[in-house]
Amino acid sequence: MRRLPSSLSFTRLHAQFIKEVLSILRDPRSRMIVFAPPLLQLVVFAFAATLEVRNVDVAVYDQDAGRWSHELVQRLHSARFIAQVRVVDNPAQVRDLLDRGKVIAALAIPADFSRTIAAGGTAHVQVLVDGRRSNSGQITVGYLASIAAELGAQADTDGAAASPAVVVRHWFNPNLTYRWFIVPGLTGILALFSALLITSLSIARERELGTFDQLLVSPTSTLEIIVSKSLPALAIGTLLGLLMVAAATGPFGIPFSGSFVLLLASLVLFILSAVGIGLMISAVSMTQQQAILGAFAIGVPAVLMSGFATPVENMPLALQWAAQAIPLTHFLIIVEGSFLKAMSAGDVLGNLWPLALIAIATLSMAAMFVRGRLQ
Amino acid sequence: MSVAGQTSPSTMTATPAPAVVIDGLHKQFGALTALRAVSATIHTGRLTGLVGPDGAGKTTLLRILAGLLTPSTGRASVAGLDVVVDNDAIHHATGYMPQRFGLYEDLSVLENMRLYARLRGLDTTRNADLFAELLEFTRLAPFTARLAGKLSGGMKQKLGLACALMARPKVLLLDEPGVGVDPVSRQDLWRMVQALTDDGMAVVWSTAYLDEAERCDSVLLLHEGRLLFDGPPQRLTAQLRERSFRLENVGAGRRALLTAALDLDSVSDGVIQGAGVRVVLRAGAASNDIRALAAQARVELAAVPARFEDAFIDLLGGGPGGTSALAERLPPVELDSPSAVSCRDLTKRFGDFTATDRVSFEVRQGEIFGLLGPNGAGKSTTFKMLCGLLKPSSGQAQVAGHDLRHATGAAKSRLGYMAQKFSLYGLLSVRQNLEFAAGVYGLDGATRRGRIEDMIDTFDLGPWLAAAPDALPLGHKQRLALACALMHRPPVLFLDEPTSGVDPITRREFWTHINGLSRRGVTIMVTTHFMDEAEYCDRVAMLYRARLIALDTPDQLKRRAIDSARPDPTMEDAFIHLVEAADLQLAAA
Repeated sequence: MRRLPSSLSFTRLHAQFIKEVLSILRDPRSRMIVFAPPLLQLVVFAFAATLEVRNVDVAVYDQDAGRWSHELVQRLHSARFIAQVRVVDNPAQVRDLLDRGKVIAALAIPADFSRTIAAGGTAHVQVLVDGRRSNSGQITVGYLASIAAELGAQADTDGAAASPAVVVRHWFNPNLTYRWFIVPGLTGILALFSALLITSLSIARERELGTFDQLLVSPTSTLEIIVSKSLPALAIGTLLGLLMVAAATGPFGIPFSGSFVLLLASLVLFILSAVGIGLMISAVSMTQQQAILGAFAIGVPAVLMSGFATPVENMPLALQWAAQAIPLTHFLIIVEGSFLKAMSAGDVLGNLWPLALIAIATLSMAAMFVRGRLQ
Repeated sequence: MSVAGQTSPSTMTATPAPAVVIDGLHKQFGALTALRAVSATIHTGRLTGLVGPDGAGKTTLLRILAGLLTPSTGRASVAGLDVVVDNDAIHHATGYMPQRFGLYEDLSVLENMRLYARLRGLDTTRNADLFAELLEFTRLAPFTARLAGKLSGGMKQKLGLACALMARPKVLLLDEPGVGVDPVSRQDLWRMVQALTDDGMAVVWSTAYLDEAERCDSVLLLHEGRLLFDGPPQRLTAQLRERSFRLENVGAGRRALLTAALDLDSVSDGVIQGAGVRVVLRAGAASNDIRALAAQARVELAAVPARFEDAFIDLLGGGPGGTSALAERLPPVELDSPSAVSCRDLTKRFGDFTATDRVSFEVRQGEIFGLLGPNGAGKSTTFKMLCGLLKPSSGQAQVAGHDLRHATGAAKSRLGYMAQKFSLYGLLSVRQNLEFAAGVYGLDGATRRGRIEDMIDTFDLGPWLAAAPDALPLGHKQRLALACALMHRPPVLFLDEPTSGVDPITRREFWTHINGLSRRGVTIMVTTHFMDEAEYCDRVAMLYRARLIALDTPDQLKRRAIDSARPDPTMEDAFIHLVEAADLQLAAA
């Protein structure tokens, strides 16, 4: 028999790698978990989950019927976020429509609206908002306020004295397209969950089959076990991440302005740190079911704290510190910066080293956990 | 004892209606046929054994009788009630104890009993008598406050039995009650079931242990969904009259003698029994050949009573031949250390619980060494420390001269391991499993190809290479597992309960290979709970309560248990004797 080096042997590694890849691709459960949720999430997040307000109805109770109230109603009609403007003629109808949730907001235009504007005064419109939908309601009020402001500006130009209007310009995402922000972030989330699930299932699956003991009695080393279980997850995670990048730049038309090579490097480091976490979960799980639960118990809070949904800066200081230990936090900064901000190499590297550190930490802990099974 | 209720032997008519009538029962699960045209009757006041290996259809039949499954075709009635039409009434007429009885582990013994009483619609306050009676009957009275999860395997089964008896059923269906129960508790269960049948209850006891069949009044023998035999076990063994023999006190040459005997045309089956060899002749075969063989080996040939297992194998057309194609191809093993496996003061503690307590022994090269003990005795902990799956808390373990704590990689490539449930990769094909086994032991290139082809030839795996291991017949699955474990030609082979639930023919084939390997100098370490399987071992280490209580040849262990009541004790008798002696010693200390 050939002399076997103790820690790494290509033959043993090769055998295990083939076994892992076949196990992932042939297991219908594993296939489902790896490929279905990413596609589902892509569709859900990219099209349904949005913080913008669209397709809402508003009611208008116009007591004025003058030139400026007509102008306002016309502008409402042409506003893109409004699906239908419901014109009503008494306050009871306003109440009823709001009550039944048919409209998110109602505008009551007072009888002296046009007159006040013509006289050069400040006219007021009452806006009633459905407080049960507070978030969308607030955004709607914002939109309505900007329509009113435009109207005011127009009234001013009609008159003699043009008052200066504030013009806001949004950098990096001039139209504040929500998708531009969310799709690059999804790259990280999808890669995180696929890597987490593939690896957390891998040892648990073998434990259910009883093959893990068989592996442990063979001369294979912990290093080989970790490497052979990391590589397929790394390959699949990277592939999914790249697919998302392609989807973002292609169909979604999001400008990619950073360095692709640096993004790829951070993607690999990011997935490696997720692989380490997944292997730790797997090493302590007795069944695949426990492993899946564990992956979600770790993955969901990680996403919530990473800055994907709410900015890290808004969190209490302690959680801000904790967020620095989450690989997704750093990867999100890199991926969003690479897409929209043309992030400089220096800035990318500034977020890359924490990723490298986390990856080293999680993978060494995974090795300890796997070795710990031998106690 | 009147748990069975109204029916007592005195009030029974001379020919009572049968308790269970099964007529042309057929059950199909997708492509799998679990039962094929099974017809039988089960009588009241009798213990009926439902006997067969795993996958024979025992559980399916019991679940149909308990009204939990509907048959594909055919009919069955229990206590005069049709299992499909009168399904609701069936649940009152039967008591069913599944393999893992649904005890709530976080409830105490008494709380579990109350729960099952209420589920049966009994008023728990008015049934204090019934509870007292059941507790007395199961001898669980001292443990009423203990959590069910903290009971031993045997006590769990007794509690399960008490709960199943709660409704005073007419028919009691027990699915493998003897599994995971040590021989002492098993004796207790037999006693309880005996008392119930004496009271007129019909009890069905399903089992994969063929030696349990001999204790039943009547037996239904199932194999691959077919009913092979229905009747008293003695009627089956009677067919083998004057066909069972034992070559006495053969000693060291017994494995060679067994091979020679099995290769005779007139011998249908043979096993090693301690220092002797037990053979069964084919129907109508003359005993000349075996007598000649005995004379040649200069050993005595004695006629012995047939066992149920002999009869089962005879029904299936005899066991496999005695020559192991595997061992033939294997080069003889040379070890450079004096002992193949050794341990000294091996101890494992989990917290303040000691699972293995200062166990020491040495195993010579080529020996078949058995580890025996009830569940929780420390048998698997010891085994796992020996093959490197657990690190000892203190003490040493060596395999082929390597200390497992230091040179693990080198020591590990010298041992082969085969686990209980075969541990094959179900998602990989047969060939991919073989490739993996070779690769993970670092074999590559021509060596690997050669070894894999060798194993495929030896074990006849050619037609199955593309199939998934789970699609293989049990026997082939076992061959594949053995092929994977032996791919790197280890001088020491560890087998963890290798044949539990396997049919006796497959088990024979397995032991033929093991015998062959041993003759080639491979050292075999085996754990088993089949008492008759312990007879194959050269020496047996008995573990009880984390301690090594006995270490000797099977014959010596049996000899210690000889008393006036048991002039020819079985391995199980020896085991009970040793455990009781150990208990006495512990009580005295």
